[in-house]
Amino acid sequence: MSDSITVNGREYLLGEEELELTLLEYLRERLELTGTKYGCGVGACGSCTVLIDGAARKSCVLPVRKAAGREVTTIEGLRQPDGTLHPVQQAFIDAGAIQCGYCTPGMVLAAVSLLRRKPSPSRDEIRKALSGNLCRCTGYQQIVDAVERVDGWMGG
Amino acid sequence: MKSSQQRAFRHDAVTKVTGQAKYTDDYTFHGMLHAVPVYSGYVHAENLRLDTAEAASMPGVVRIITAGDVSGSIRFGQIEQDYCMFAEHRIHFAGDVTALVVAETRAQALAAAEKVQVDADPLPAVTDPGEALAEGAPKLRELSESNLVNHHRVRRGDARAEIERCDLVLEEEFTTQFVEHAYMEPEAAVCVPRFDGVIEVYGSMQHPYSTRRFTAALLGEPLANVEVYQPPMGGGFGGKDDTAAVVCARAALAARLLNRPVKLTYAREWSMRESYKRHPYRMRYRLGYEKSGRLRAAVVDILGDSGAYLSVTPWVNWRSTAQCCGPYSVEHVHADVRSAATNNPVGGAMRGFGAPQVNFAVEQLSDMAAEQLGMDPLEYRRLNMVKQGGETVTGQVLDTHTVSMEEVMNRTAEEIGFREKLARCSRGTAEGDELYGIGLAISYRGSSLGAEGMDFCSAVINGQFDGSILLETAIHENGQGAESVMMLILSDELGVDMKRIRYKRPSTSNIPDGGTTVATRGTIMGGGAVVSAAGQLKELLASNLADDLGCTAGDVTFHDDCIWGKNDGEHLTWDEAMQRLHFKRVYPYAFGTFQAPEVSWDEETGQGDAYFTYVYSCQAVELTVSRKSGKVTLQNIVAAHDIGRAINKAMILGQMYGGIAQGAGMALMEEFQVDRGQIRSLNLDTYKIPKAKDLPEITGIIVENPDPQSPSGAKGIGEPALELIAPAIANAVYNATGIRFRRLPITIDPEELQ
Repeated sequence: MSDSITVNGREYLLGEEELELTLLEYLRERLELTGTKYGCGVGACGSCTVLIDGAARKSCVLPVRKAAGREVTTIEGLRQPDGTLHPVQQAFIDAGAIQCGYCTPGMVLAAVSLLRRKPSPSRDEIRKALSGNLCRCTGYQQIVDAVERVDGWMGG
Repeated sequence: MKSSQQRAFRHDAVTKVTGQAKYTDDYTFHGMLHAVPVYSGYVHAENLRLDTAEAASMPGVVRIITAGDVSGSIRFGQIEQDYCMFAEHRIHFAGDVTALVVAETRAQALAAAEKVQVDADPLPAVTDPGEALAEGAPKLRELSESNLVNHHRVRRGDARAEIERCDLVLEEEFTTQFVEHAYMEPEAAVCVPRFDGVIEVYGSMQHPYSTRRFTAALLGEPLANVEVYQPPMGGGFGGKDDTAAVVCARAALAARLLNRPVKLTYAREWSMRESYKRHPYRMRYRLGYEKSGRLRAAVVDILGDSGAYLSVTPWVNWRSTAQCCGPYSVEHVHADVRSAATNNPVGGAMRGFGAPQVNFAVEQLSDMAAEQLGMDPLEYRRLNMVKQGGETVTGQVLDTHTVSMEEVMNRTAEEIGFREKLARCSRGTAEGDELYGIGLAISYRGSSLGAEGMDFCSAVINGQFDGSILLETAIHENGQGAESVMMLILSDELGVDMKRIRYKRPSTSNIPDGGTTVATRGTIMGGGAVVSAAGQLKELLASNLADDLGCTAGDVTFHDDCIWGKNDGEHLTWDEAMQRLHFKRVYPYAFGTFQAPEVSWDEETGQGDAYFTYVYSCQAVELTVSRKSGKVTLQNIVAAHDIGRAINKAMILGQMYGGIAQGAGMALMEEFQVDRGQIRSLNLDTYKIPKAKDLPEITGIIVENPDPQSPSGAKGIGEPALELIAPAIANAVYNATGIRFRRLPITIDPEELQ
């Protein structure tokens, strides 16, 4: 029986060679899902954050084999099928939380993961939950604003 | 107003928030090869010998490129061409690149790079700039007999004599560290040979035109043979000039030699090893005061570490020279600012550019002086700060714009409640574990390049006959939102709806070189060019449409998405106007330029009009220090900056918050570790930058005094935001603990607090 992985709702079979890759390499190089970024390769910066079964994980230090059989959501999979932005994505735009944009996909997914666990977090809770994701542009203020303003969204 | 209530405009927001934005490493081309750099392991060595035989026989390896493969100019440098893009004979620091391994896959290139044998004869390494200038020090530079890379001066009045007559003299020494830019996206390049012989370059770099210059030089080809495109860039902060351009040039050489697309994406470790840093400074200040509190004389001696190459050290040092006394008028100044070559990482451009270091010294000295003089720190600053019509230490009379130094200080102090809170500071004693302190700093910052370089920029408005409008400028989008600002300025100037405007990101083969997007010059220079182009387009439209509107050209006005005549209600919609131009066979096209107003500088005396305008800034911080752990916790920050005119408020606030975060990192946690030339900080797990939980809530106050010399009225905010939170933090730490910290980053031994 071969291993498989579900990415953004689609199931992919995993070959021997692919099982040796990190999840980041697999997503970027095999599936061409380049919204997931390389920043450090050691799990320190969070640019490579994806959701695995709904929880934020750093894909640069995660072997594909450990994600086999699980559901991965990348930034490309967050929009509604009709193209509508996810409420967290919209909030980032409205709050001016985007500058260079390189940390943004990971930061958005970390925020989605937080809001699924805790729908109305305090600003301190937001800061703590996003502290695995580095941003060098924004000083985080408008990112915290963005997550705070995602009001009434109960996950999903 | 709270930032979340400010509407933000960014034309790239949707693609960035959905992962659609393609950064350099996201590009792939058919038949693309992968390149990997090889370092030497040495800090300082000669007689470099490479054995590439084993590596060349590894699977997938296509070629190993070394200095011998370069037919063009192997040396580059913005000021002095002292940096070999491939090391030839000598190693000057641990980041020198000896070879580029090119293979079918990145994994193959990485495996082969391990097998390149690098040998050389070690030379004694010099890693202290003071030692580099000592008599008998080894000669470190290939193109000069001296390790001294520059010496700037200010000679104003007779400071050394006057200081002896002062009532109070403070003599202090401060030091700062190497700081890493830590942009989230490491350097990357993809180079593609095109059907017509041109090499296309897609790169993560902040200056497409210098990238083109270095690439063409390495290839030995004319500028027109290289076309540099600008994919979105994942941060730069001044750090994506030299090194990032060289990464592009090396990939281009590989693409040219192999006639195939080549990708060279840097691992974080290579980026941190090779890229330039903020210069460490050692600063000795002797400041003399009158009893009245007047700062009368300053004797300043600054020594910076230029590292292995010159890069832009003289320009960085020049800004430190022009701003050596902070935003204060001082009658007698004797300043010497020098840097020395060493075998350390290269000191180069970083957001702030020689100002954060001197501000760290000057604004602590302001608080120290106020205390010794028995003055309130705000009163001390008010007495000595530059004022309308007053003179800077370079003899420049500030009369062309509103000097708002006091206004920004008052606004900040009021917002944070500085006076009341200053009285409550712990000064080393408190009931519990937490010591409380508040601190403040002020600065002024010369806008744009000043007397450092040629300062001009251009913009193209290409109106379409269907009513849509294409805009280009030579300003680079570093991630700060520059393009969106250009679009907003154009919309204002033409009175048209934003929906009409598309920003066309130019390549280097379109619009002329407008200089690098540095020195907080993007908005002021690019915006100036947009205003100029818009003015020309309006003249063209007015002269061609006046008859249609039943008036003279001088009566035509532009607003509400229409073009208006003199008579009530007589107008053409923008769409109608464009149709009419089509029938008249007139192109709605304009090319505008903006040249920075004249500046001047006398290198011997350090006197002149250093910059054509200044941004005035004040930042204040509240913090606590744990007596048990010595840990500093930032509690609240307020910042006020006079940026001339606000064009995109949410983005201005974003610059403030981000600059403060970087400054706070410099103040409290960041230190790029170098041990006798060997680089120890190689990734973001050991080089720590601030996280969301390390930062407090920040209140940004935008002060607007439109600048008459800036066509858009705007000045800028990129660098002012970063340059003064470190001394504000140092002053707050003093007010909390009663201890002065003269070295960055501030680390507190809890034993000192018992």
